[in-house]
Amino acid sequence: MSALQIDISWSFSLEVTAIQAYRTMDNKQNRNSITSNLGHIARRCLFGILSMGPIPDHIAFIMDGNRRYSKKYNMDEGAGHKSGFIALTTMLRYCYELEVKYITVYAFSIDNFKRRPEEVNFLMELMREKIEGLIEEDSIINQYGVRVHFAGDLKLLDESVRLAAEKAMAASACNSKAVLSICIAYTSTNEIMNAVQQSCEENWDELRILDSCGAAYGLTDYSGNGDTKDRKSIVVTDIEKHMYMKVAPNPDIVVRTSGENRMSNFLLWQSAYSILYSPSVLWPEIGLRHLVWAVLNFQRNEFFVQKKKKQH
Amino acid sequence: MMKISTTLLSRAAALSLNRSTKLSSYFPNHHIHNQHLLPNNLVGPISCFWAHHSTTSANADGNLDKSPLPANLRQELMPRHVAIIMDGNGRWAAKRGHGPEVGHDAGVIAFIEVMGLCARWGIPVATFFVFSSENWRRTKAEVDFIMWRFQKMLEDELQNFIRQGIRIFTIGDTSLLPISLQEVLEHTKEATKHNTKTQVIFAVSYSGKNDIVQACQTFSKKVRNGVMEPNEVTENVIEKELETKVTSIPSPDLLIRTSGELRISNFLLWQLAYSEFYFCQTFWPDFGESQFIEALQCFQKRGRRFGKRI
Repeated sequence: MSALQIDISWSFSLEVTAIQAYRTMDNKQNRNSITSNLGHIARRCLFGILSMGPIPDHIAFIMDGNRRYSKKYNMDEGAGHKSGFIALTTMLRYCYELEVKYITVYAFSIDNFKRRPEEVNFLMELMREKIEGLIEEDSIINQYGVRVHFAGDLKLLDESVRLAAEKAMAASACNSKAVLSICIAYTSTNEIMNAVQQSCEENWDELRILDSCGAAYGLTDYSGNGDTKDRKSIVVTDIEKHMYMKVAPNPDIVVRTSGENRMSNFLLWQSAYSILYSPSVLWPEIGLRHLVWAVLNFQRNEFFVQKKKKQH
Repeated sequence: MMKISTTLLSRAAALSLNRSTKLSSYFPNHHIHNQHLLPNNLVGPISCFWAHHSTTSANADGNLDKSPLPANLRQELMPRHVAIIMDGNGRWAAKRGHGPEVGHDAGVIAFIEVMGLCARWGIPVATFFVFSSENWRRTKAEVDFIMWRFQKMLEDELQNFIRQGIRIFTIGDTSLLPISLQEVLEHTKEATKHNTKTQVIFAVSYSGKNDIVQACQTFSKKVRNGVMEPNEVTENVIEKELETKVTSIPSPDLLIRTSGELRISNFLLWQLAYSEFYFCQTFWPDFGESQFIEALQCFQKRGRRFGKRI
């Protein structure tokens, strides 16, 4: 690289570091500064205008692009993930100010265990640290009354991470204004498989109870109705009630950053009718304008859906 | 039904007879390829039909040879399974001041063309979302028309399927379809069962959630009968029980949805876990060879990681 190119990349890195520093200060220490207050007032006006139309109940985020971000700005790989976390807290703040009740984030997939062990260990440690930070009094969770829920096969996690997750869920159980679902050690096919297994077990248990009451021999069934012709077969709601994500309704919008256009095994069942939004921006660079654009698209779509319903 | 068929027959007659530029205004965006092989004044869906047949050659057993790929597509990066949501017929027709039937009619032309392209380019599996379980909520007239038009297409194109080496499968709850259509589908599947070039799957009255539920019901019976334990129901076992078990490549590499809608709409939910999505603004009746090439080119540029990195 020439001296000029090094200077430019260095100044980019400085600029990026400055943006991250501002976001961190905005999140924590500088809430009472004039710029922060002005920004907050401007956002409230903007959200007030957006709220004249329907606001999505549930937005899901696939936080893609941390590693590419760190390569782009010549940072360490770990710094990319940390920047990603800062972007996450900023987006959560915006969503809660907009009164989006349910937010889901894809933090760590079961497939991600295939990455290099150093990266996996780093991510586990980062997640443990950040989950413990959620329980602090001045955390965003307590500020906005958010109940935290961890969705996934938590048995696959390191014990320290799993314990931190259980502690965070217990500590925020009384919060009721919003729900944050963090998908960790999660894939949708694993979630569906788990729900199918539990549905089969439950169905088997119910029929064993019927059999033990004599229902199999033409006597009254468990509820006393006397009709034993239709043995209960599994339906959609039986599977849904065993999903990890049963705490939230289906997402209205699924946002995946970095321009990739695929689900990567995230909320396949729940996003059957969701709008998919794939901005090309990398996750640590996501900003207010992307959220506003996603909500405006949702409102435009809702307008056509309501119009179609009236025609029928 | 008689009224619809009479109207359409008269329209089809008008289309076949009318070879003036008025026809090109009826289908202004329909792309015609290999026009140098055709009379200059022949445009519209009929010419597309002839274009498709005149550019292919039959070998000794009557099967069409695979055509070479367009120059900007690489054989080794071609998807093995393409899934297509054929959306936009109604809006295409509304834009031209016609009812949805005209859009569905034009959509069938595009449907036949794209199936032919899959066979020509040797794409092993192609799944088409013909009719979703939610589409039953449409007006009776529109549903009846779609069923009739689909049946007509199957009857008219059977010999072409056989010539092109296309084997037809169906997924979805076909018991809800009209009896005549069910019979024609069974006949088409039987008549094409020896074809080996391309497997074309029609998703008719299909719901991705119901697909998973029917697999679950199968396991539930086996668990009740003591044939399997609940913990033996793994992801692989579920995948092998989904309706896409008819093919050896159940998961699409590429999903194409036309008309600018950015959603999956309950289509192949499990199977699309790692598929690349391609959304285009084109309405389905306007989707032709050039749009398909563009979708495939876009697919070939993508880096697929299958979850190694999120």
